[in-house]
Amino acid sequence: MANFVSLDNLLRPTSADAMREALKSSGCSSSSSCGSSAGVADLPLAVWNRIKDHPCYSEEAHHYFARMHVAVAPACNIQCHYCNRKYDCANESRPGVVSEKLTPEQALRKVVTVANEVPQLSVLGIAGPGDACYDWQKTKATFSLVSKQIPDIKLCISTNGLALPDHVDELADMNVDHVTITINMIDPEIGAKIYPWIFYKNKRFSGLEASQILHQRQMQGLEMLTARGILTKINSVMIPGINDKHLEAVNTEVKKRGAFLHNIMPLISDPAHGTHYGLTGQRGPKHRELKALQDACAGGANLMRHCRQCRADAVGLLGEDRGQEFTLDQLPDAVTYDASKRQAYRAVVARERRDHVAAKQDAAMTLGAADSDASILVAIATKGGGRINQHFGHAKEFQIYEASSAGVTFVGHRKLDDAYCQGGFGEDATLIRTLEDIDIVLCSKIGDCPKQELDTAGIRVSDEWPYEYIESAISTYYAREYGAAPQALRA
Amino acid sequence: MMAYKIVDSQCTTCGACEFECPNGAISMKRSMYVIDAVKCTQCEGHYETPQCASVCPMPDTCVPA
Repeated sequence: MANFVSLDNLLRPTSADAMREALKSSGCSSSSSCGSSAGVADLPLAVWNRIKDHPCYSEEAHHYFARMHVAVAPACNIQCHYCNRKYDCANESRPGVVSEKLTPEQALRKVVTVANEVPQLSVLGIAGPGDACYDWQKTKATFSLVSKQIPDIKLCISTNGLALPDHVDELADMNVDHVTITINMIDPEIGAKIYPWIFYKNKRFSGLEASQILHQRQMQGLEMLTARGILTKINSVMIPGINDKHLEAVNTEVKKRGAFLHNIMPLISDPAHGTHYGLTGQRGPKHRELKALQDACAGGANLMRHCRQCRADAVGLLGEDRGQEFTLDQLPDAVTYDASKRQAYRAVVARERRDHVAAKQDAAMTLGAADSDASILVAIATKGGGRINQHFGHAKEFQIYEASSAGVTFVGHRKLDDAYCQGGFGEDATLIRTLEDIDIVLCSKIGDCPKQELDTAGIRVSDEWPYEYIESAISTYYAREYGAAPQALRA
Repeated sequence: MMAYKIVDSQCTTCGACEFECPNGAISMKRSMYVIDAVKCTQCEGHYETPQCASVCPMPDTCVPA
């Protein structure tokens, strides 16, 4: 079996062919993150062209393209019960957490350095750690500096929406094409259980009044973005017992107002994070609760299931974070943008995507021919490129696909608290719990020992299809198990 | 007139107070925010409540000196 090729190998080759070879064997480390699962076939071409390189807006793109966040906007105008503004840790991966704040000039230096070293980079986002629209001068200065140097980088922001209506015209002027609003409620009574206070028009508001204002501003901001043709993603934090039953109504409402994508994320709640919810024992949803809600909302706005809930200073493909490679002390004092690697990579991805589309079509035909009602869940170990290319023991998370005779659909990802290699799973059985409802795990390679442990737990695992496209392998497996002849596999 | 001060140990250095202050009394000194007591008016004549204390995410961090 081939040795594992690290992501570095993607950076070394200079010819497009060599890069493509590297993508096949290792590829961008992805996993699910934020985005629509709609592909080129499901969207108007003009919309597809706007999202096809954005890993958060397109599930397909997240296999190939990387985003980076720069933490230039630390100030916030609201308090949320799931956020602790004091917390700051290099080992934490969740929204709002950063290790160092940057000035717009420092952010420029960081973006150019990353663009020179990470060819997958396509998107620059500002997601705090406070609020990008409230801390507006720093957000604006950063976008202005970066877009002068790297004109083709996509700019995007994430905001709570309170200050959004004040800046929509400037966002449109700066060609910010993607805006995420976190909307957890459309009923201020529910909002009052999530937001203790807001700061608006030079005053602090609390209780019901705070959520009434916030709701009104969020809806206004969304409508203004829609009117200007800016693509919006709505992030909602699913908080069991608070807004879990309410998010279907949120989905309906934001879709009505033109939201492109709805991303329902699980509450991350741990007493060690020092958040109000963490300290008061508010739990997050279970995998199946989240999936049930996402399934119930699937007919509304496009539903994103690949969100990784990344840090406000994340760098890299969704599901990986290379932020620690690009801290201020590691950046060169002066750096000049070199477009060649990003351009070469784009040419590679264009070819790879044509192959992948064909492979998916074959997979759909194979499944369509299967005479079965079975619907199965498959967990994939992948480092990106849409392929099964990760060793079981290296997986920190799995991408989850649902397969039936109707087709293969990406339905989400599951993180492991500790990868098998680091923590083992004999004692706390974290791995078993994570995979308990999965029909089969597909990886590029697995050792005998973990395989036996999974067998004992009743979880099937296979490394029969290393480096194969995910859809091809799943359809082949499905056809074999449920009695249809597979189409030829594509390399 | 009394001025406000910032309790360093609790400050997150988010900087919201710096741009909300109507008197330009708040600035970064040696990586911490400091309120210039001479310039601080507790926002009297500008707003109902001191802006630094109203926007600060940490309780009891922008307080009367």
